[in-house]
Amino acid sequence: MRPSRTIDISTGLFVLLGFAAILFLVTQITNREFSLHDQSYRIKASFGNIGGLKAGAPVSMAGVTIGRVEDISYDMQSFKAVAVLRIDGRYNQIPNDSDASIFTAGLLGGQYVELSPGGSEQPFKNGDTVEFVQDAVVLENLISKYLFSAASQKSGTTSEAPPAAKE
Amino acid sequence: MKDVFFELVDSLRAFLETVGQMTRFFGQLLLLTPRTLLRGGLLLEQIDNTGARSLVIIMTCGLFVGMVLGLQGYDLLQRFGSEESLGMAAALGLLKELGPVVTALLFAGRAGTALASELGLMRATDQLAAMDIMAVDPMRRVVVPRFLGGVITMPLLTGIFIAIGLFGVQLVGVEFLGVDKGSFWSQMRGTVELGDVWEGLIKGSVFGVACSLIAVYEGYNAIPTAEGVGRATTRTVVISAVVTLILDYILTAFML
Repeated sequence: MRPSRTIDISTGLFVLLGFAAILFLVTQITNREFSLHDQSYRIKASFGNIGGLKAGAPVSMAGVTIGRVEDISYDMQSFKAVAVLRIDGRYNQIPNDSDASIFTAGLLGGQYVELSPGGSEQPFKNGDTVEFVQDAVVLENLISKYLFSAASQKSGTTSEAPPAAKE
Repeated sequence: MKDVFFELVDSLRAFLETVGQMTRFFGQLLLLTPRTLLRGGLLLEQIDNTGARSLVIIMTCGLFVGMVLGLQGYDLLQRFGSEESLGMAAALGLLKELGPVVTALLFAGRAGTALASELGLMRATDQLAAMDIMAVDPMRRVVVPRFLGGVITMPLLTGIFIAIGLFGVQLVGVEFLGVDKGSFWSQMRGTVELGDVWEGLIKGSVFGVACSLIAVYEGYNAIPTAEGVGRATTRTVVISAVVTLILDYILTAFML
C-alpha cells in the first residue's frame, strides 16, 4: 500500500490529465463555430436537383462558411428538393433576394451551397425562402448535352473522332 | 457422433451459464454502486490503481500509434496528392476506432489482469472468505470499487490516448514529413464534429464497463488454486479482447 497522499496526488494528476485531453479534443479539433452562440436562423431553398448535396454540407458566401445545410427533404407539392439552410446569427444582413446555387468543392470534393448577395434592402429572416436558385450541375447531363450538341452541329457527317478533339 | 453432439450441448450450456452469471454479477455491482460512490477513498485508490498507473503505457502506445498513423497515412495520401488531409484522416481514425479499441486492449492487458489476479489471489488465500466472516461484504469492500475505478478510468484513458496520438501524427506528419501545419489542422477542424468525439468517448466507456466487468468477474470467481488464478488472468485478457472487438462492430453499426 502506498501512502494515501501519493495516491491522492497521482489520482488527481491522472483525472486532470484525462479531462484536459477530452477538453482538448472537444475544443481544438472540432469545428464548434455554431454551437457556442446559437443565434442562428434558418432559410429554405427549393432546388430542382440537389445532386449530391447532403445534410451537414457547408453554406458559404464568397467562400466563407456562414452556415450548414440542416435538412433536405422532397416537397410533393412542388416536386422539388427543399434544403433548410442554417445560417450563423452573425451573418444576419444577407439581402433577401440573394441567390443560392449548388457547387462542388474541387473535382472530387463534396457539394456545398453558395449564396451570392442580391441588391435588396431587406435581410433574410428566420423561415424565409430563397427565391432565386441554381440547381446542382450534374456532370452526366453536362456531358450528354455537350455530346448531343456536338452531334447535331455536324449532322450529316459521320464522326469518328470524339467530340472533345474537335476544338 | 453422439458424443460430439453432447459435448457441443454441454459447452453451449456452459457458455450460457457464464453469460447468465455475469449478467447477475453485473446487476449486483450496479445495485451496490451508489453506496460505493459515497466512500470516495476506496474508489480513489482504485482510480489510481487502474488509471494513474496505466498512464505511462497508454501514453507511450498512443504516441507510437499516432506516429505510425502519420507515416502510413502520409504514404497513402501523397499518392493522391492530398497529404493535407492527413490531419482529418488521422483524427477520425483515432477518434472513432483506434483510440477506444487500442486503449481497451491495453487496459485489459494492464489493468484487467491486475484486477483479476489480485481478486483471484484473494480468493485463493481465503481473504474474501475471511472478510465474509468479519461481516465485511467483499463485494462492497473489494469488488465494486475496482469495477467502478475501471469504469471511470477508461473514458479518461481513451481521451488521453487520442490526444497523445494526435500529437504523434502531427509530430511525424508536420515536423518530419513537412505537411503544411495550417491545412493539417484546418482540414481536421473542418471535418471532425463534436459527435465524433462523443462517439470515441462513448465507445471507450462501453469498453471500460465490459473489460472491468470481465476482469472482476473472472477474478472473483477464480478457482482458488495457483493454476486457477493464472487461468482467470488469461481468460480476462482473451475474453476482454474478443468482447471489445465484437462490441466495437455493434457500436459502430449503431452510431454510423
